[in-house]
Amino acid sequence: MTGSAIELVGVDKSFGSVHAVRGISLAIARGSITGIVGENGAGKSTLMSVLYGLYRADAGEIRVDGKPVQITSPRDAIAHGIGMVHQHFMLIDSFTVLENLVLGAEGGLLLAGGMAAARAELARLAREYDLAVDPEARIADLSVGEQQRVEILKVLFRGARILILDEPSAVLTPQETDRLFRILATLRERGVTVVLITHKLREIMAVTDHVFVMRQGQVVAERRTKETDTHELAELMIGRKVRLKLDKAALQQGAPLLSATGIGLVDARGLPLLQDITLELHAGEIVGIAGVSGNGQSELLQVLSGIRPPSRGAVRVGGLEVDANYPTDPAEMRERGVAHVPEDRLREGIVAPFQAAETSILGYQDKPPFSRNYLLDNGVVGRYCAGLMEQFDVRPRAPTLRSSNFSGGNQQKLVLGREMVREPKVLLVGQPTRGVDIGAIEFIHRELVKARDRGCAVLVVSVELDEILSLADRILVMFAGRIVGEVEAARADEGAIGLMMAGAS
Amino acid sequence: MSPSRKPLPAWADLALVPLINIALAFITIGIIVWLIGDDPFQALKLLVIGAVGSLDAIGYTLYYATNFIFTGLAVAVAFHAGLFNIGGEGQAYIGGLGCGLVILAFDKVLPAWAMVPLGIVAAALFGAAWAAVPAWLQAWRGSHIVITTIMMNFVASALMVYMMVNVLIAPGSMTPQSRGFAPSGQLPALMGPTLNYSIVLALACCVLVWIFLWHTPWGFALRAMGHNRAAAIYAGTNLKRMTMVAICLSGALAGLVATNELMGVQHRLLLDFQAGYGFAGIAVALMGRNHPLGVVLAALLFGALQQGGAELAFDMPDITRETVVTIQGLVILFSGALEHLPRPWLQTLFSWRSR
Repeated sequence: MTGSAIELVGVDKSFGSVHAVRGISLAIARGSITGIVGENGAGKSTLMSVLYGLYRADAGEIRVDGKPVQITSPRDAIAHGIGMVHQHFMLIDSFTVLENLVLGAEGGLLLAGGMAAARAELARLAREYDLAVDPEARIADLSVGEQQRVEILKVLFRGARILILDEPSAVLTPQETDRLFRILATLRERGVTVVLITHKLREIMAVTDHVFVMRQGQVVAERRTKETDTHELAELMIGRKVRLKLDKAALQQGAPLLSATGIGLVDARGLPLLQDITLELHAGEIVGIAGVSGNGQSELLQVLSGIRPPSRGAVRVGGLEVDANYPTDPAEMRERGVAHVPEDRLREGIVAPFQAAETSILGYQDKPPFSRNYLLDNGVVGRYCAGLMEQFDVRPRAPTLRSSNFSGGNQQKLVLGREMVREPKVLLVGQPTRGVDIGAIEFIHRELVKARDRGCAVLVVSVELDEILSLADRILVMFAGRIVGEVEAARADEGAIGLMMAGAS
Repeated sequence: MSPSRKPLPAWADLALVPLINIALAFITIGIIVWLIGDDPFQALKLLVIGAVGSLDAIGYTLYYATNFIFTGLAVAVAFHAGLFNIGGEGQAYIGGLGCGLVILAFDKVLPAWAMVPLGIVAAALFGAAWAAVPAWLQAWRGSHIVITTIMMNFVASALMVYMMVNVLIAPGSMTPQSRGFAPSGQLPALMGPTLNYSIVLALACCVLVWIFLWHTPWGFALRAMGHNRAAAIYAGTNLKRMTMVAICLSGALAGLVATNELMGVQHRLLLDFQAGYGFAGIAVALMGRNHPLGVVLAALLFGALQQGGAELAFDMPDITRETVVTIQGLVILFSGALEHLPRPWLQTLFSWRSR
């Protein structure tokens, strides 16, 4: 097959003063898998949202199969055979696969006719693309990988011949990711055009034919995947050379600073979220917790940081023993030298409408020097925040700016700075680099290693296995609320960890 | 919704949006007056003269504004905590009960320098206590504060009728009101027959609320809870306790309406002295952007409408009391319920201009 499925000519898009996409022209070959890589904020999602009709371009033209088209809504995009699989699934958990498929394309007054037609079409699609899913299964009962397959089927069901996937592997285990890639290859064989948006270079190398590299709203390079490598792509993405490997001094493990024994946690219905978790954090080490999102890591962080009391077991830190009968709160844990960088900074770590200066003392607001004689000293807080911004390279250096107006990476540096600057004994970090661009990732990783070298006990929870592998001295793998394996980082084998993450061992 | 809209600059948010809202309200009011068959400009003139045309008029306007400041602040404080206190009406009423009980008990024996502060504290404490019930239900039982505060208004009303008719009624009186307060339980007048020193108390409350919200660690935690409960938990704030603090403070402010109405003007305890101020406080807070300064400005507008409207009804026979209520309702509608109406247009305008 030859020719372009999609051509973008001079597409331009601004949000106020932010020029997100700057006159991009590119052509995506029919029946190929094309990757689009770039840092967060490089404009890849904006570009694809323009293509899918979520945003309207300020200038430029979109051509599908060589013909100029107007795409002003997702409905137009679907009509032109363009479908999108979002990072966050758009499925109704309590509906079956078939019901989700039919949703929005019910066809007629009565459901029965549409359902029967859909069932037949689903069987055909499953055969043609080797995408078997039980049509009667409830979404809630499916694994994340299977749910993603339903999303893909949904798009194909609506007649898409061009498939856009936005960071599809973010929620998958390595094994599920491999399965996804086999599906994408099958789709390509059947003539479907696939566009893969990702920041994971390994995936680009593994599955694409072509790759476009975006930086600051522009396409800075186009490569045939065969003719490039991860190092070149990484350099193109950030515009300079990066170390993907982290230099770390040899491990100087000290005394245990925090220990948890037999931690269990149940939810409101009595279902177990955490079971029998025992771990120790020593001074001067980074312990990494690997696992697919949603296997109890968030709950573990909540228990260790004092947000939720454990239902069973005890946490000991700084002479304090916390269990179900003697719960604590995050303020007391902070007193004992436990700092916590939450997983979801927007939900927990910052208060969006607060000024950066206010966010920079969240949790420490009643401590001197911020608070004296029951009054907040806003002058001290402002100067403190300015210093923090300098030390942790938060840009722009504007303590009075609303917290939500900073980019993800800079919000994360602000939160990280807030928790690290007091040199805590124990540092709990959830998803240190989620939604953070490569330049900031390097910085954050170096700061975490610095804390470790200073004698801090660091616990890093991340769904990015690469991150765990490069940061941690010791790796614990979580699955279904349990710790299912422990490996020394030096002897870590990615395949074996992947299997543990999937609960295979 | 175009995704390119950005938040408005602060000055537009604080000044332009309310001004446009008021302008829209007055245009609508003008059309209604015109439909009734009167001259809208004449009506506006009468309204303005009635509100600020003489020292007496200004005194009345400020007297009404004092009530609106108390109830507006009450709603604003709760709002910063992410809680909607609809119970200002009942809290003001019970605040009045507390104020009245204390003064009736001690006004014969205590001098003014002791009686007046005691009356003020009683009004605040009773208002806070009345608010503590829904606050407790919200914090520990999860009962929605909007529902419980509304219901407490009815309970307050029933309780007051019982108290006034059966307990506190002055001997020999045919109307359900208490005996008059002795001079030691009265706030001195400032200007005209109604304006009294409670306006100073109201302004002091504005300053105190401002200091509390933006210059103390508790205010910080309260606002953090209002914007983002998860972040407040993460920060170590006890949300139950903070809910109690916010709502009780809100109730105390509402309770202070009694200092103006009872200690300042009526000089006795009676029924329905608080009528409408509690609910109007919601609109005042909304219009004032929940900021003490904004609350003062909005309270002045509402006070002027209240006073000017009364004069208008008096001077223009076609415009009845009900029409005046309609006018006030439209201002509340445009500045409260339809508060966000011009915002998208302005956002489009601003983002278009800054391109």
